Amino acid sequence: MSIMTADKQSVRHIPDRLSTPIGRLLGSWETLLAAVAIAIFIANSLASPHFLDPWNLSDATYNFTEKAMIAFAMTLLIISGEIDLSVAAIIALASTAMGAAAQAGFQTPALVGIGLGVGLLCGAFNGLLVARIGLPSIVVTIGTMSLFRGIAQIVLGDQAYGGYPPSFAWFGQGYMSDFSWWPTLPGFEVVTFEMIAFVLFAVVFGILLHRTTFGRWIYAIGNNAFAAQFSGIPVQRTKFILFLMTGLMSGFAAVCLTSRLGSTRHTIAAGWELEAITMAVLGGVSILGGSGTILGVVLAAVVMGLVTFGLGLLNVPGIVMSIFIGLLLILVIALPIVFRRIRSRASA
Amino acid sequence: MSRILKYRELLLVAIIIVLIAAFSYRAPGYASPKSLANIFNDTSILIILALGQMAVIMTKSIDLSVAANLSFTGMAVAMLNAAYPGIPLPLLILTALAIGAILGAINGFMVWKIGIPAIVATLGTLTIYRGTAFVLSGGAWVNQTQMTPVFLNTPRMPVLGLPLLGWTAILVIAIVSVVFTRTIFGRSLYASGGNPTAALYAGVDVGRTKFFAFVLSGALAGLCGYLWVSRYAVAYVDIAAGFELDTVAACVIGGISTLGGIGSVGGAVLGALFLGVIKNALPVINISPFWQMAISGLVIIIAVLFNARQERRKGRLILRDAAKRRPSRIEAPVEGAAA
Repeated sequence: MSIMTADKQSVRHIPDRLSTPIGRLLGSWETLLAAVAIAIFIANSLASPHFLDPWNLSDATYNFTEKAMIAFAMTLLIISGEIDLSVAAIIALASTAMGAAAQAGFQTPALVGIGLGVGLLCGAFNGLLVARIGLPSIVVTIGTMSLFRGIAQIVLGDQAYGGYPPSFAWFGQGYMSDFSWWPTLPGFEVVTFEMIAFVLFAVVFGILLHRTTFGRWIYAIGNNAFAAQFSGIPVQRTKFILFLMTGLMSGFAAVCLTSRLGSTRHTIAAGWELEAITMAVLGGVSILGGSGTILGVVLAAVVMGLVTFGLGLLNVPGIVMSIFIGLLLILVIALPIVFRRIRSRASA
Repeated sequence: MSRILKYRELLLVAIIIVLIAAFSYRAPGYASPKSLANIFNDTSILIILALGQMAVIMTKSIDLSVAANLSFTGMAVAMLNAAYPGIPLPLLILTALAIGAILGAINGFMVWKIGIPAIVATLGTLTIYRGTAFVLSGGAWVNQTQMTPVFLNTPRMPVLGLPLLGWTAILVIAIVSVVFTRTIFGRSLYASGGNPTAALYAGVDVGRTKFFAFVLSGALAGLCGYLWVSRYAVAYVDIAAGFELDTVAACVIGGISTLGGIGSVGGAVLGALFLGVIKNALPVINISPFWQMAISGLVIIIAVLFNARQERRKGRLILRDAAKRRPSRIEAPVEGAAA
């Protein structure tokens, strides 16, 4: 594949003049995604009379908030040219650890600490193997995916953990109106904790990727790791930190998901690695590394949330939705390539 | 290079023998010919799938959709058998091979013609194929009573102490070895994985080779769809869930480099047998089957570590003179930073 594409793009196309800022805005992937999101929103509200209910919409955000938290960290990792297939397994392991701790009588702060800690440890293990030892991340994380979920399976077997302390339920089921200091503006009582966390993380990751030196390093590494190395960027350390962050975000997602479900089985979050990657790729992140934006991923998360929620309202079973997700993943990667090829053929 | 591979295979044989000896110390009778034939028979499907996976991995790709392909094809063939019991078995097996090959060709087409990275393409088709199996069956099971006895019993028929299922694996091993070592396609597989640019200049169509590797993997997965359904006498959407990881594990354990171009049929078969021996031994030595997933994960990681060390030490260059003339290896800066 690499040879063929390299062959075809060997002649650079240099435009006579750069496109105007407005033209660039209209032609950008993010604008397209926003348009798609609005279209799906309108289609959903026409298809089901229950769609526009504020509480319903607030519920709909659960379809993407937890997955998007992982997708943000995954975006950085993919831009740097690596991938982590073990995120869903990290959720399973972190959730199992929290379940075991809850059985042992630990209280909410300790449970959250354990969830985040297990995520961090798992991320460190991935990072150690990929960044320090230099193994290919696809195979390593296929291995750790099996290892992490396997440990959860050993601990849990066919049992389930429940009995979390009542205060723990707040992370996945809490509304901001539970707080006295939160402004009780009309319409804002439906905002969930996860929604706020989603927005906060979007801002934090957006600043980290687009406004800091660290963010520039990630792009540099993804575009050319050798060149980055020679320009003094600590390639291995940056990758290690990115794996740590992905682990930590998976741990946080595990806290939210466990709190929302109130129980842990070893199959928890099965297949989420696929959805997190789809979110990143749908958001315009190149799977080969080197390009992508957080704004795109935010919009992609909203699009995917709206699609699955809309299909849910239409009584489409979950496994059929996964067909749509899979198709979406392939089409989103294939269509730009096909269009680019048609355009270059037309101009040639 | 062939010396390393032989060393790897000998090492695996030794490890497998030690494992069998250790297990039979705990449970006498584990090493009896009947039990060993049973283990081989149990591992047959994994062996066949691992050989297909190996062809794909050789070309620097990966096929994560094999288990979903197996599930879809198995469901399709079982439903066909239940609806039209008159269709002769050979025709059904050909159908399974054909459906599998078509699903594999879809993967291959996306990788070859559109240029989607294999991992993303097959991650997508993984959910699509399994989802389509659900749509096809409506979520229903095909039970033992609905399938014909010929359909169910043929792979279990013992010939010379080994069921036909085991003999099928041996036949596939033989065919794939010939394809890998004695045909142009086989050489192209090694060439396009070892050095795609050189392969291109040598007149090997790398993309087309990848395509046919995916078709081979798909066809073998289709065959396994039939074998799986007849062996477990039931077809439902979730059969072989997660089995694609076992096939990758078998390849990695067998010394097939995920960077492409390195590997042997013997390695893949032994890698699969290694997993099969462990899987069969767990109940014998009183360890819960829930351990199996974690063990295969751990084994994958150890095997990748081991492979990386070997590849680094001996290099992956076939032409020594070229290596000497080259001033420095391209991996040098990354390795320096890692150390």
